[in-house]
Amino acid sequence: METVLEVNDLQTRFHIPEGTVYAVNGVSFHVNDGETLAVVGESGCGKSVSMLSILGLIPIPPGEIVSGTALYLEHDLLTKSESEMEHIRGKEIAMIFQDPMTSLNPVLTIGRQITESLRVHLGMSKQEATQRAVDLLDRVGIPESANRLGDYPHQFSGGMRQRVMIAMSLACDPTLLIADEPTTALDVTIQAQIVELMIHLQEQYGMSMIWITHDLGVVAGLADRVMVMYAGYIVEEANVDEIFDRPRHPYTRALMDALPRVDRRRNRRLKSIAGAPPSLMVEPRGCPFAPRCVHVIERCSSENPPLLSVGLSHKTACWVDMDTGKAV
Amino acid sequence: MSDSQLLVQVSDLRKYFPVKKGTLIQRKTGDVRAVDGISFVISRGETLGLVGESGCGKTTAGRTMLGLYPATSGSVLIDGMDVCKADSREMLLIRRKAQMIFQDPFASLNPRWTVNAIISEPIRVHNLARTDKERSERVRELLSLVGLSGRLINRFPHEFSGGQRQRIGIARALASNPSFIVCDEPISALDVSIQAQVVNLLEDLQDKLGLTYLFIAHDLSMVRHICDRVAVMYLGKIVELAYRDELYENPLHPYTQALLSAVPIPDPKKDRRRKRIILSGDVPSPINPPSGCRFHPRCSIAKSHCSQIEPEWRQVEPGHWIACHEV
Repeated sequence: METVLEVNDLQTRFHIPEGTVYAVNGVSFHVNDGETLAVVGESGCGKSVSMLSILGLIPIPPGEIVSGTALYLEHDLLTKSESEMEHIRGKEIAMIFQDPMTSLNPVLTIGRQITESLRVHLGMSKQEATQRAVDLLDRVGIPESANRLGDYPHQFSGGMRQRVMIAMSLACDPTLLIADEPTTALDVTIQAQIVELMIHLQEQYGMSMIWITHDLGVVAGLADRVMVMYAGYIVEEANVDEIFDRPRHPYTRALMDALPRVDRRRNRRLKSIAGAPPSLMVEPRGCPFAPRCVHVIERCSSENPPLLSVGLSHKTACWVDMDTGKAV
Repeated sequence: MSDSQLLVQVSDLRKYFPVKKGTLIQRKTGDVRAVDGISFVISRGETLGLVGESGCGKTTAGRTMLGLYPATSGSVLIDGMDVCKADSREMLLIRRKAQMIFQDPFASLNPRWTVNAIISEPIRVHNLARTDKERSERVRELLSLVGLSGRLINRFPHEFSGGQRQRIGIARALASNPSFIVCDEPISALDVSIQAQVVNLLEDLQDKLGLTYLFIAHDLSMVRHICDRVAVMYLGKIVELAYRDELYENPLHPYTQALLSAVPIPDPKKDRRRKRIILSGDVPSPINPPSGCRFHPRCSIAKSHCSQIEPEWRQVEPGHWIACHEV
């Protein structure tokens, strides 16, 4: 299988008056052709910052990309100039954001916003671009699409606005689509509509997808592979069935135990994870999850465990083997 | 069930917000029927879940029940006192007994006040402490009740994380010794690992203090975990109400069925086998809600009379209520 994106040892920091924020601390991962990779984690775990770093969307300063490479079809995105990145973003790699209200321009019609990228990236004429925009809105399920090109974002509901965003991101037939919590602001029934639409569009366009989320339920429904992040590190990575059947990192396991289930009778109190994620303002030392971990051993506080294979396409970063309870 | 066991009785509660046109001379052109005739009871020590999608009126229902919005019509009895008819003296008494926990712990605490000022305000208003010393004793006691150290008493809200702020909000709600608390999406702004902490805290407090909760939420998995009974709202009306496991295992209303089938399950194999009911379209506007049954334009089993006659609220099994012609 061909690799579309390969990221190695990415480190991103922010230098602010209060000190340094260690946002991403050396992450390495890849995305295969036609695959959906889900990136799971809580707020501040570095999942969005990793993707923004790759796309060159981190403001520098205060941001700094300390190290790393991001090979997109063998070109390193981190060494590209701003104008080269402008050409890649939107055309080769597209992104959808969480809140469709703040990521659409409120004073431009949606027709104008969709046709803009078609005219800039693909050099289409006004008529061609308009025709394509109508076609795109049809594909994402917006009724009477031809009549809605002249509408402004506020005239659409939340779910419809997210469909407009998706149509915009698909405009130039991207190879890779990065979706940052695209359904978090939506109601469950609308979320189900959008997830189904995305799965359908991915099959149709054959693109690869990175789906950033904090919702393990959504992950189970659409991902091929899952990557769990905590405090700027990848702590576990595996294919979707494997990670839900047999989570091998204490954080992944704790996260699953903390979730109530809609399909099961209540049988116990929720298992909460004591404490809170560590401050990112302190230079990381040891395993970031150690202070909250029930399996913690002495080594955890001094040495950060590397992400190592524990099975076929299953990697985890932990000094303890979760199955035997012994140190590795 | 005898009346003394019932702490809260809501009957035919309505809350309409006027829609006005014009800038200088305003004319009323219609109403947003946010809550349009809901009835239910909550027993002492019980947790009733109120679920529905954004705009269904669940938050307005909770706020109107506590008198934060004046009701358009109907009645809300809390421990025998009618919120909708109370004068200011009675209202003070109701406010002592019925409190609220808000969704956003970043917006609901005054950023210029210390934790002490925030939590002691209800104690001062209701004259629950004789001296300053007694009051700060009580604040420390409340802080330890919600799992925070009494040393934090002079800190400001911005010094706390989201989960800790929500604990401060809970401590404030408990300050007047209430028996009934409306929890309006108390965990939806929090991360998963923190949600479980706050939910467990709410359960512990209920056991310890004998509290009664109205738990307003859109997270149906969490509602199944924490609530005894669950009411489902759609466009200002309750469409189904039943005991927790009955509702989740045997949902009768087509909207409840669609809503439950849309909740993602964190189990990929089970999720693939599941049949999803995908609703088409969006929730209609509550200004001109559809005639008859409000769900009929999106309903898969709607017949012609559904668009004309409003379904009555009836009991189909003991404790299982529904508003639908076709079930």
